[in-house]
Amino acid sequence: MTTLAQPDAATAAPPPGTPYDQLRVVPARHPGRWAATAVVAVLLAMVVNSLVTNPRWEWDVVGAYLTEESIVRGVLTTIQLTLITAVLGFALGTVLALMRLSRSPLLQAVSWGYTWVFRSVPLILQLLLWYNLAYLYRTLEIGIPFGPGFASVDTLSLIDKFGAAVLGLGLHQAAYSAEIVRAGILSVDQGQLEAAASLGIPRRRQTTRIVLPQAMRTIVPTAVNEVIGLFKGTSIVYVLALGELFYTVSVIYGRTQRVLPMLVVAAVWYVVLTTVVTILQYYVERYYARGAVRTLPPTPLQRLRGNLTAGISRVAAVRGGVR
Amino acid sequence: MTAVATPPGRVEVHGVHKSYAGVEVLSGIDLVVEPGTVTVVLGPSGSGKSTLLRSINHLEKVDRGFVALDGELVGYRRKGEKLHELQEKDLLRQRTRFGFVFQSFNLFPHLTALDNVVEAPVSAQGRPRREVEEEARALLARVGLAGREGAYPRQLSGGQQQRVAIARALAMRPAVLLFDEPTSALDPELVGEVLGVIEDLASSGTTMIVVTHEIGFARRAADRVVFMDSGRIVETGPPEQVLDAPRHERTKAFLARVL
Repeated sequence: MTTLAQPDAATAAPPPGTPYDQLRVVPARHPGRWAATAVVAVLLAMVVNSLVTNPRWEWDVVGAYLTEESIVRGVLTTIQLTLITAVLGFALGTVLALMRLSRSPLLQAVSWGYTWVFRSVPLILQLLLWYNLAYLYRTLEIGIPFGPGFASVDTLSLIDKFGAAVLGLGLHQAAYSAEIVRAGILSVDQGQLEAAASLGIPRRRQTTRIVLPQAMRTIVPTAVNEVIGLFKGTSIVYVLALGELFYTVSVIYGRTQRVLPMLVVAAVWYVVLTTVVTILQYYVERYYARGAVRTLPPTPLQRLRGNLTAGISRVAAVRGGVR
Repeated sequence: MTAVATPPGRVEVHGVHKSYAGVEVLSGIDLVVEPGTVTVVLGPSGSGKSTLLRSINHLEKVDRGFVALDGELVGYRRKGEKLHELQEKDLLRQRTRFGFVFQSFNLFPHLTALDNVVEAPVSAQGRPRREVEEEARALLARVGLAGREGAYPRQLSGGQQQRVAIARALAMRPAVLLFDEPTSALDPELVGEVLGVIEDLASSGTTMIVVTHEIGFARRAADRVVFMDSGRIVETGPPEQVLDAPRHERTKAFLARVL
């Protein structure tokens, strides 16, 4: 046998029988990490300094308008618009996804065509089209296809600004949601459907009880992304002069000329809304992770409590050691 | 015990052919399984064993031939000179008469062991949940999983998962149990616990068709062994005959390799 390189004395293992727990451990040093931390700290301090000292941010104006009545009403409209649109978008999106995955070529084609059209046309254009629907169809009627109608309603009274906004955002969202839901369904193992079929579980129940709950693990992160996108995306309906957050803000700065502080007001609210959704996302994901992971990650509250008890016991241990 | 006239669970397979993309996987299978018996299907990989099993409960649609359970066609309804494909609803109802145990368990990972067992009797057979839950607890205890009702499949070992899957199949009170290589995905040390449960069922008089590679199991539990190769049944008979005195060269060669 050829001889192996002899380990030099420094890295050589201590002779057998040496008690390791008596040796002192010296942590590795990371000078690069320290330098980078220092640079970032200085940059952060500069940003904070400029935010505080530059009077043009007009923080007093921001504070005064943040909870002003019309702003709050705008925020509520934004929330309302987002929630309705998200529900409409994902409900229709789920139907479209199921159509796309059905065995009927017509249903597949219609679903594909819908996604194609509504993803191709810019949202702002769709909104204006819906708003002007009354020009194309003066009245809308419910009845037998190609036959007599039972009830008709004036288009203008049905599709007001809010209606046009919901339709435009919702139908546009449905096209994107359809793909998200479809991806989720495709991610579920084929064996799950076979097991459900072999047990004779009814078709609809297979979808709602077996497939969709498992698909949710893939769907939720992307779906929340979409909802956050919607919160901010609703600002586009200012073209319809609908009083959501951004339009309200723009009306106010048009009147007061306090453009920047008003934009900050809007930004703060959008950040707040997004934060709330992000927190919700954590819990929704945790809910759908049941069974997918062996042990669920702790909630932030549980983690805080855990850290506290760990800290207390550590302090107690140190005290005990001193004594 | 009083004698029952004829217990249900007679499976007839007649002239079944099945091809995938031009390759014939089953080339004319004829097989009759008498109620209350255990049939073990052996054969090399790719011999069509699993496809046969999946054709029996119509998870696969066969190209030619037919399968019947207690004289009732599986997947079709005869009207005069025509066979009508069953509606999904009727097919699903028919499937509940078969219990199917998969090689890869296919438990529902987002449901607890108990909910896995309870789901189908409630949603497919419309039985009251309370009653089914009680029965499910008893079934889980029977397969040795008392106390693990609340566990999710991923919190269980492979052997435990497969035993939940067996309990899930039993909960439907099927006339016939179909096992598709139930121990092939398990560590050797876990095979015994699953085979034990299956043997226990075998001795209780359930009609079973088991596709497996476990020769020892076939010897202990089978009333009849069927040996398949390249989509055909090569020979069939009681285990001592097929396993110890095989008449066919291909059976001999296969047994020489696996024993």
